[in-house]
Amino acid sequence: MVSRVKCSLLTGVTDAQNKKDEVLSTTIHTEYNYGVTGLFFVEKTEMLADKVFQMWVRAPHVAHHAQAGQFVIFRTDEKGERIPLTISAVDGDSIRVIFMAVGKTTSHLASLSAGDHIRDVAGPLGKPSEIKKYGTCVMVGGGVGTASLPIIARAAKAAGNRVIGIVGARNAGLLILEDEMQHACDELHITTDDGSKGFHGFAADFLKQVMAKERVDCVWIIGPAIMMKVTSECTRPAGIKTFVSLNPVMVDGTGMCGSCRVQIDGTTKFACVDGPEFDAHQVDFNSLMQRLRMYQPEEKESMERYQAHICTCKGGERHA
Amino acid sequence: MHDRPVDQRIHDFAEVDAGLTPEEAIAEAERCLQCKKPLCVKGCPVNIDIPSFIREVAAGDFKKAAVIIREQNMLPAICGRVCPQEVQCEGACILGNKDIPISIGTLERFVSDRERENGTVIPQKKASTGRRVAVVGAGPAGLTASAELARMGYQVTLFESLHEAGGVLMYGIPSFRLPKEIVKAEIDMVLSLGVELHLNHLVGRSVTIQELMSYDAVFLGTGAGLPYFMGLPGENLPGVYSANEFLTRVNLMHADCFPLYDTPVKKGSRVVVAGGGNVAMDAARVALRLGGKVTLVYRRREEDLPAREAETARAKEEGIEFVMCTNPVRIIGDQVMTGVECVRMEMCDPDATGRPEPVPVEGSHVTLDADVFIAAIGQGPNPLLISELTELKRGKRGNVIVDEEFRTSLRKVYAGGDVATGAATVILAMGAAKQAAHAIDRMLREE
Repeated sequence: MVSRVKCSLLTGVTDAQNKKDEVLSTTIHTEYNYGVTGLFFVEKTEMLADKVFQMWVRAPHVAHHAQAGQFVIFRTDEKGERIPLTISAVDGDSIRVIFMAVGKTTSHLASLSAGDHIRDVAGPLGKPSEIKKYGTCVMVGGGVGTASLPIIARAAKAAGNRVIGIVGARNAGLLILEDEMQHACDELHITTDDGSKGFHGFAADFLKQVMAKERVDCVWIIGPAIMMKVTSECTRPAGIKTFVSLNPVMVDGTGMCGSCRVQIDGTTKFACVDGPEFDAHQVDFNSLMQRLRMYQPEEKESMERYQAHICTCKGGERHA
Repeated sequence: MHDRPVDQRIHDFAEVDAGLTPEEAIAEAERCLQCKKPLCVKGCPVNIDIPSFIREVAAGDFKKAAVIIREQNMLPAICGRVCPQEVQCEGACILGNKDIPISIGTLERFVSDRERENGTVIPQKKASTGRRVAVVGAGPAGLTASAELARMGYQVTLFESLHEAGGVLMYGIPSFRLPKEIVKAEIDMVLSLGVELHLNHLVGRSVTIQELMSYDAVFLGTGAGLPYFMGLPGENLPGVYSANEFLTRVNLMHADCFPLYDTPVKKGSRVVVAGGGNVAMDAARVALRLGGKVTLVYRRREEDLPAREAETARAKEEGIEFVMCTNPVRIIGDQVMTGVECVRMEMCDPDATGRPEPVPVEGSHVTLDADVFIAAIGQGPNPLLISELTELKRGKRGNVIVDEEFRTSLRKVYAGGDVATGAATVILAMGAAKQAAHAIDRMLREE
């Protein structure tokens, strides 16, 4: 492996700031003296679309137990936050996650490459998808949410369902996992909002067309909250069983904090242990979206600080 | 006790109580009557030989004192700080009848702090039994069970779902009451006995029940980490936290140092905390240190507050406003919360707990302006693993039912601490874990 000099996130920041960091890191963080196995190696990374990345990480305790619909919690480094990411594929001892680099943590993740490591990987977490023989299942993916679908589609097909895939994105450049979905589904349809590829329009519109043509028994919709809210309205009048996978802000991811609480049919549930998949027609999406916006000012501040650092280190590729 | 001045300590997370000097410790230890039948030991859930260690302190042999304590307790620097000694050893101290009891907790802390600074002696271990025991949860119960079992010669695998061991000692109790480097040092000590720690492993998910049952015995110390909410209208508005979340963000994830650390927390300018236990005091004092003006509302009277008196007194000194006989009924706000509507409570006839039952007074609604609300009304047993163990008998509140030997209804599975009792104290969990470890040893030796 080519050795490269790691650049600290704090390089180039003022001396005063560095001093504060030093003080904090010594007073707050003292490392364990014993060797706890805790590094999870990045094996492969690839950019799938604009700002969308896939990453294979070696995490046997997750890989050996993961089922469709479950997620992991990543903590990139000692100062990192805990973020949930759907398990998008499993191969031997490794798992794949797919994410869009939008905030500090995901941008940092995107800067990692093979041979780097993630400090903590916990999982698999959450309840697996409710896979059984429904008949005809439609898997609707929106943008990076499509990442969750192949593993669910394969499980549904293995359970004897006919599986129709609909993968949507704003434009052709943002489409991901077409090939994989092609293999996982009996038929696959592409939709783009701008018509640059496949059906011109929203995935919801295409779903309506499918429902008009044939009997649909069960639907999975995974994408941005607003897309799931709108798309799941298509199946409500016909009373078709519809699952959505929610991605609220989490901390521990094991049911101990309630940060990820969502309103399901009027009662409070924790997405991390009661979900992440819920009956779409019972989800209070407005409350979910409100809670997703909760830390927007902090996310912006964190991202600006990170970008300022990238500028000072001349856009070096590594910002650990 | 030497509390740091209020105006200084409310601006940081460093420890409030500065502890004793050696001279003070010796003077305090010399007050001990060295009772023939020491009541203090009976009051200690882990049976520390208190008169003996105090005798060594009085003689100035702090190292020997540390060895005596560690014989019974692997987490003394923690216990010296967070045990409710006033209802345990110190509450039983005969000197308390006429005078003030010996400050046993402060002495325990002094001795273990000295030991840590001057090099610790790792306790003796018995020869390996060749048997394997799985311990689930690295909180006070799990750490104690692991240490006891390792010392008895068992090969212990300790599973922890978070990225740090310590459980509530790390995520729950703030560093101004329990510095984290002290927790880590005591955990190091437990691990030095050969306990194998697996972080990021959620048993029931990362480790299957089948894999768990492949061990010769299992100890469940999964704790009471399920936060209760109050079921109030508006409770899901941004700005509303469970005490668990608020404390975890700050204590475990260091949100007080955002953006240096990535995890944020809403630093409310006006914060309302609901509850009256130690967790409520901790949440209130953390919110204060983040710069908020903090009001603590409790539905019963001041004399009913379940928190330790010393912590209530410190919270008051630090400027937290206490509003008693008041209960939140609604969180007000549109996009974010802006206030908490409360109702006054009237004390009526005694309820099942023997305390007067608080009943809302009609038409007594008041609104407190607030941008952060923290519900600190208790926690239930973590349901995840214990609900996967379908044959495990559980009580009404979800707790695991154990017999006097800490056996659950599942063969070879023992449980202790909050998962069995519901939310209680660190030391009670440790006491239960210790007894469970010895019960496991008896069971495996009889096989």
